[in-house]
Amino acid sequence: MQVLISGIVIGTVYAVLALGFSLIWGAARIINLAYTSFYMLAAYFFYIFTSLLGIPMVVGVPLSVFVAALLGVSTYKFCLERIRAHDTVVMLISVLIAFFFEEIVLAVFGQQLFSVPPFVEGYRELFGVRVLKQYFLAFGFSVALLVGLWIFLSRFRIGIAIRATSQDKEVVNLMGISEKKVSLIAIILGIGFVTVSSVVVSPIYVVEPSMWMHPIIMILAIVVLGGLGSLKGSVIAAYILGFSEVIVVNWLPMGAFIKSAIALLVMVIVLLVKPEGMFGVVFEEERL
Amino acid sequence: MRYLIWRLYKNFEGGILAIPGRLLGSLIVLFLICAGVLIQDDYFIKILTFACIFGLFAASWDLLYFTGQLNLGHGAFFGVGAYTSAIFSLKLGIPIWLTIPLGAITGVMMGLIVAIPALRLRGPYLAIVTLAVPLILKGVIFVFPDVTGGELGLFGLTPISDSSVLVYYVTLFTMLLSVAIMWKLTDTGSRIIRTGIIFCAIREDEISARDSGVNTVKYKLLAFALGGFFGGIAGGLYAHTMAVVGTSTLDFTFSIYPMIWGIFGSAATIYGAVVGAYILYLLSNELLAIVPELRMAIFAVIIIAMILYMPEGISRWIRDKLEINCPRCKSVNNFTRKSCRICDAPLHLEKSVPK
Repeated sequence: MQVLISGIVIGTVYAVLALGFSLIWGAARIINLAYTSFYMLAAYFFYIFTSLLGIPMVVGVPLSVFVAALLGVSTYKFCLERIRAHDTVVMLISVLIAFFFEEIVLAVFGQQLFSVPPFVEGYRELFGVRVLKQYFLAFGFSVALLVGLWIFLSRFRIGIAIRATSQDKEVVNLMGISEKKVSLIAIILGIGFVTVSSVVVSPIYVVEPSMWMHPIIMILAIVVLGGLGSLKGSVIAAYILGFSEVIVVNWLPMGAFIKSAIALLVMVIVLLVKPEGMFGVVFEEERL
Repeated sequence: MRYLIWRLYKNFEGGILAIPGRLLGSLIVLFLICAGVLIQDDYFIKILTFACIFGLFAASWDLLYFTGQLNLGHGAFFGVGAYTSAIFSLKLGIPIWLTIPLGAITGVMMGLIVAIPALRLRGPYLAIVTLAVPLILKGVIFVFPDVTGGELGLFGLTPISDSSVLVYYVTLFTMLLSVAIMWKLTDTGSRIIRTGIIFCAIREDEISARDSGVNTVKYKLLAFALGGFFGGIAGGLYAHTMAVVGTSTLDFTFSIYPMIWGIFGSAATIYGAVVGAYILYLLSNELLAIVPELRMAIFAVIIIAMILYMPEGISRWIRDKLEINCPRCKSVNNFTRKSCRICDAPLHLEKSVPK
């Protein structure tokens, strides 16, 4: 039961993170490996604002989301946008940005672990298992984000523009949509997703400088496993990998060490059978 | 006899002295060879030894990049080489001159295993599957702690030699030989070795290469095997120089480093990767001595600034500053010359045209 509940929660959180990532990947065509370092930064800002400065939760949460998202978008604007065409260099620069933020945080706060206060105290019995109320909150928030994104992408003009951009960049330009602006909006949305989910989730985990490394690898695995450009695939893959991680941690000896290895093994096996991911569409080669 | 020496000198003059890039390169190699004798500082020799190993490692990554296979998990080859040499040396007591080749052979096998998914995947899919490989291997190492040492790693390996100068020369010559082999293998202009032009074709357009009758499967396997081979050699050397092998060789960070070095030094040129590894490894060691806390942050800022300023990489940037290709006969010229040294055509056409 414990496995089921934490599997669902972790899967949902991964789904939100992966969707934000694939938004960026789809619309802006960049693999932003610094993506989860804003997850780390938002958690730290949250810690600074609420625990150190004593700002009330209602102000502190939006403020930390805003500051971290601002940092994220400005790194895109100043570093990544001009080299967008070179995939490898983008990956390299973004991973260097991630190292940079990690080192800054490490220099300011040191290696010690923090825990941030939860929004709501206490727990509730559910099917005989004690579940922290923060879990419910995280789950509810993530589901709300997922549904919100769905509606945004299918009903609103900008959402449709983002989907169109991820399908074909050049035709979008011909249709009078500024592909650059759409990419920027997608980046803002994606970074906003990661920061919001970070402040919701961080009370569950500990906050540490290297907390960006594990999620980014899992996100990459999820996005590829689900198939690039498929939102449905990303969500399902997120649950698969989230559950496999929880099961390995709880049932196998030394699970904590090999949890990412098993999850990645699942990904590699699926890709061996189906190279374009579970729900991926085989894209035509990009026109030059 | 005098004629032979004269010919040799003329070849040297035309092939090396006249081309500033080659002259600079051979001067650096000469300096590295002399460095073992000239530098008395034991610590600095050790740093240079590691720079050699990482140069070889970065070059083996670059060989795969030359073929268009972006490998984000190159640490897998390095780690496999290091662990194999360590296990054979510690558990079976095999001497060093056998364990390092054994590490290289397991590197080849690892490369072929990675190549199985790589044959079907492309672009970001390939990058992420290769990224997964060292992390899966790390899981394997945690599962068999009695063979692999688990989290602590293996320690107490026999060093290559007690004298650090000798260790330096062994690694330096291994590195130079391997890099020379890789460089020749990726020489696109060669008429004898065809791999260079074929690898280049696979990188530029795999489908066209297959349509022109190139067996792309065979050559991609070859590229991965070569990358694994040289990565394994680097790993074996590293294991015996450090005398310790830990799981850090299989970290995500460690697999990113060859990419940083390779792109910084100039991607897909082999020698560029070595240059990048030397510069950045020495730089990060200097920074470690000056500002230990913010080392990585400053390092990252410097590299980001440099790559944004010269996206083609440092060695190609320097070469473009030093050399001019003749517009008529395409031969390489010194940047100070006004006219081509072969065909006497004016080099700066845009300046001689009256406006």
